[in-house]
Amino acid sequence: MAKIPTSDLAITRAYGPHLSAAVRMGGEPEKLVKTHCCFCGQQCGIQLKVRQNEVIGFEPWDEFPFNRGMLCPKGVKRYLQGSHPDRLQSALRRDPSSPSGFRPMPYTEAIELAARELGRLQEAHGPSSVAVLGGASLTTEKAYLLGKFARVALKTPYIDYNGRLCMVSAGAGNRRAFGIDRVTSPWSDMLETGVVWVAGTNVADCSPITTNYVWQARENGAKVIVQDPRITPIARTCDLYLPVRPGRDAALFAGVLHLLIENADKGWIDRDFIAANTIGFEKAADYCRAWTPARTAEVTGVPERSIRQAAEIWGSARSSFLLHARGIEHHSNGVENVLGAINLVLATGRIGKPNSGYGTIVGQANGQGGREHGQKCDQLPGLRDISNPEHRKYVARIWGIEERDMPGPGVDAYEIFRKIDAGEIKGLLSICFNPKVSLPDSGFVTRALEKLEFYAAIDFFLNDTARHADLVLAGSLQEEDEGTVTQVEGRVIKINQAVEPPGEARQDWRIVQDVARAMGRPKGFDFESPRDIFNELRVASQYGIADYSGITYEKLTEQMGVFWPCPAEDPKTRHPTPNHPGTPRLFEPGSYNPIAKGAGPFYFPDGKARFHAAEYRTPVDDPDESYPLFLTTGRVVSQFLSGTQTRRIGPLVDQYPEPRIEMHPRLAAKHGIADGDWVTCETRRAEITLRAMVVTTIRPDTLFVPYHWAGPKSINRLTVAAQDPISKIPQFKVCACRLRKAAGAPDYTATLEPQQ
Amino acid sequence: MPHHAHLEFFLDPSRCIGCQSCVQACSECDTHKGDSMIHLEYIDRSQSVQTVPMVCMHCEQPTCAEVCPADAIKRTGDGIVQSARKPRCIACGNCVMACPFGVPELYIDRQIMMKCDMCYDRTSIGKKPMCATVCPSQALFFGTREQIDALRPQSMPTNRFTFGEQTITTRVNVMVPRHKAPPAPHLDVTSAMDERPQNRTVRLKVVRSEAAVEPRIDDPFGEVEI
Ligand code: SF4
Ligand code: SF4
Ligand code: SF4
Repeated sequence: MAKIPTSDLAITRAYGPHLSAAVRMGGEPEKLVKTHCCFCGQQCGIQLKVRQNEVIGFEPWDEFPFNRGMLCPKGVKRYLQGSHPDRLQSALRRDPSSPSGFRPMPYTEAIELAARELGRLQEAHGPSSVAVLGGASLTTEKAYLLGKFARVALKTPYIDYNGRLCMVSAGAGNRRAFGIDRVTSPWSDMLETGVVWVAGTNVADCSPITTNYVWQARENGAKVIVQDPRITPIARTCDLYLPVRPGRDAALFAGVLHLLIENADKGWIDRDFIAANTIGFEKAADYCRAWTPARTAEVTGVPERSIRQAAEIWGSARSSFLLHARGIEHHSNGVENVLGAINLVLATGRIGKPNSGYGTIVGQANGQGGREHGQKCDQLPGLRDISNPEHRKYVARIWGIEERDMPGPGVDAYEIFRKIDAGEIKGLLSICFNPKVSLPDSGFVTRALEKLEFYAAIDFFLNDTARHADLVLAGSLQEEDEGTVTQVEGRVIKINQAVEPPGEARQDWRIVQDVARAMGRPKGFDFESPRDIFNELRVASQYGIADYSGITYEKLTEQMGVFWPCPAEDPKTRHPTPNHPGTPRLFEPGSYNPIAKGAGPFYFPDGKARFHAAEYRTPVDDPDESYPLFLTTGRVVSQFLSGTQTRRIGPLVDQYPEPRIEMHPRLAAKHGIADGDWVTCETRRAEITLRAMVVTTIRPDTLFVPYHWAGPKSINRLTVAAQDPISKIPQFKVCACRLRKAAGAPDYTATLEPQQ
Repeated sequence: MPHHAHLEFFLDPSRCIGCQSCVQACSECDTHKGDSMIHLEYIDRSQSVQTVPMVCMHCEQPTCAEVCPADAIKRTGDGIVQSARKPRCIACGNCVMACPFGVPELYIDRQIMMKCDMCYDRTSIGKKPMCATVCPSQALFFGTREQIDALRPQSMPTNRFTFGEQTITTRVNVMVPRHKAPPAPHLDVTSAMDERPQNRTVRLKVVRSEAAVEPRIDDPFGEVEI
């Protein structure tokens, strides 16, 4: 059915979001559990205070090398999600006759129901009639198991994950340029670098610990360049600020490369490195020839003078670190933007060396590990390619199936919804994914959900999408299970269990296995612990690009994380390497990898990195006369993703209670808007009415709205579903809109609490 | 165990990102039970993203204690100025008025003044204060003078402040640029967009240059008067 069983308001009354306040239990904890934050991709180390099977607070973990005790407010208050009144403690069945829309049911009956319905759909319509959607906050073990479940138990090609909304453009760009998809260096390489270029990443709100690294670099003499349509806190103290128009990043990179080449005689490009280690430079040089400073300035909105300064700072630096994130990646031109940034890194040869680096900032807890080993529609464990017969054969053997029985590549998460809409996919199993809030043009997503014949959701809170489910299975919070995740630097770390799941809630990997068994497909789903899963994953990843085979739970604990690749055998000699320390820095001269086999440091058969033309394309749905402004979206520091967890934590909601529309005073004045007025922003798809926040720190032609809210406050009702042709990332970061002053408060304010 | 005298508190507003981690963490301390004792000041969000954290400066001769008629504010032997003592404090608010840094606050419901005590429960046993531990940008730093000298070569700690006739020495240091500070950053995005710096909308009235008010023709928003 998958129609929402009763009104949103009634469901909200029963299942929240309600706010948890700081309840202090007092007294000493029974134990401190060293683990990691459950939110962003930085995965700060934290110790949880536990008493009577409850997390009652935290204690900083000063020794963990990445954050050394530092935490953002989400990390500080995350403990308030445990024992939360909204926490799901049993399975729920859709029941329109119940006032809350749902009725609890026993766990075993729920598993049987899920198995029966999914099995029935597959029998009637074939294996591909059922799809699986995963989450990038799942541990690598769960992601691996889910990928195996989709391909072995369900035999469907249709699995994808919400990392699709995160760093797939960076991943695709990195694979095209370097043959591997990982940040090149640990953040510690930033500390002594000559220049840090921060492109489209509001590190203060989205990855706060990184500000310390950037500012420590600045203290040690580095120049800082920030490219963003908003003056974010990191831009406040930078040496050069580039106020780029949303969606013009590839043009800006091309303009800078143009100047680097023009000043090659000053040593602004590294000819020797280019000749010895790369191919395709001419292609890139040829393309950027047309990007004169004047034209670049016209297209990007960045003054010519600043483009020249950027090229000079970048070109003349001794070493450099380039960071980017969703600001340049969430575009229908996202991969080209990423390739443009990589061109600047390769042209100066500042990669694979100390004090230099390049990378994307992962947004979600396990954006990296989650896709390396399972949930991405075109990848098999170890960053293997599902279309490559050798790779298929290797993984099929580990999974105990015939290669021909393994489905081929599926489609991206948005395309799954298009297939649901077209009636091709009739059943869905989702876990920790809230597409109704996080996908663009969410009106379409809702209509598609309503067409599903059967929808089962595994989650720990009843999120906005799970409200559509026929069956909800209560899964586990991060602190209720153990496993590994791979954080922003490529460091694999260990999540440790602090408490047991409450009531009939179960660890997610148990639920997935129980469904497989109830469907009569138990083979390969008899793991008894996350450690067992990890040990199979190690073998499945061996000799692949993301080789985890030399990583053990013990090593992770002892070393406080291990950077992959960490092979169990020397790839050259095939001798065991039980003490392999991991690989913090990629592409060092002379380094060996299984693709190049000694031909060079990059992961292509010739060992060379690739330049690309990195072409600029105008964004889909660009401003015109009727919709003259840019709309862009992003995060605030106290909220996380679709807000399923953070909109339930009182002190975090207090910090930023509702989304506001950020605009420049000139634009506000044009429309007679004052700070705090109700204003309406409208795109070709929908409109939203929120309060105005008038600030001089945003381009006057751009509006910014954070995306963590649901329902009438969800900005993704307005964004456009245009996708990058390669990475399929949606173009969240720009669409055309118009603005007007609203007559007054919108209707929803009468019924909805601030956080909803 | 006494407070570790070699560990000091350093406060660097130029690093603050306004994330409120310090505020959230301070309320987790056992001594103040859910209330945060740190002040996070927003300079003016409409004009700037600058924020400034403010903890108690733990003055050598605390004005708050000097003006307290009930002698409720104690300075410990290791130099930490404590919140008012419960049985003594009469919630008169003298300390609130007198503190040159604006730190103490009156909790009317509880009839007591409370303020940052440098996490005495933590610092007295050699741990770092909550706020300085979590601060993601290390705008709040707790450590030795050698550490800060090595970490922040561009800035230097200062702990002497002059208010009119009064000079105050504090246990908490504020980091100031070692070299001449760059001109205050102009935090209107438009100043970075235009080739020539735009006229600032906020000008000192005293020196008024007529030439400076001409609107820019190629600026689509140039005609808008604010
Ligand atoms: S959300 Fe990110 S920055 Fe904040 S504490 Fe968690 S891992 Fe650290
Ligand atoms: S934690 Fe640090 S950066 Fe965040 S508001 Fe406090 S002082 Fe500023
Ligand atoms: S030192 Fe402790 S009491 Fe003082 S502001 Fe920081 S966290 Fe609060």
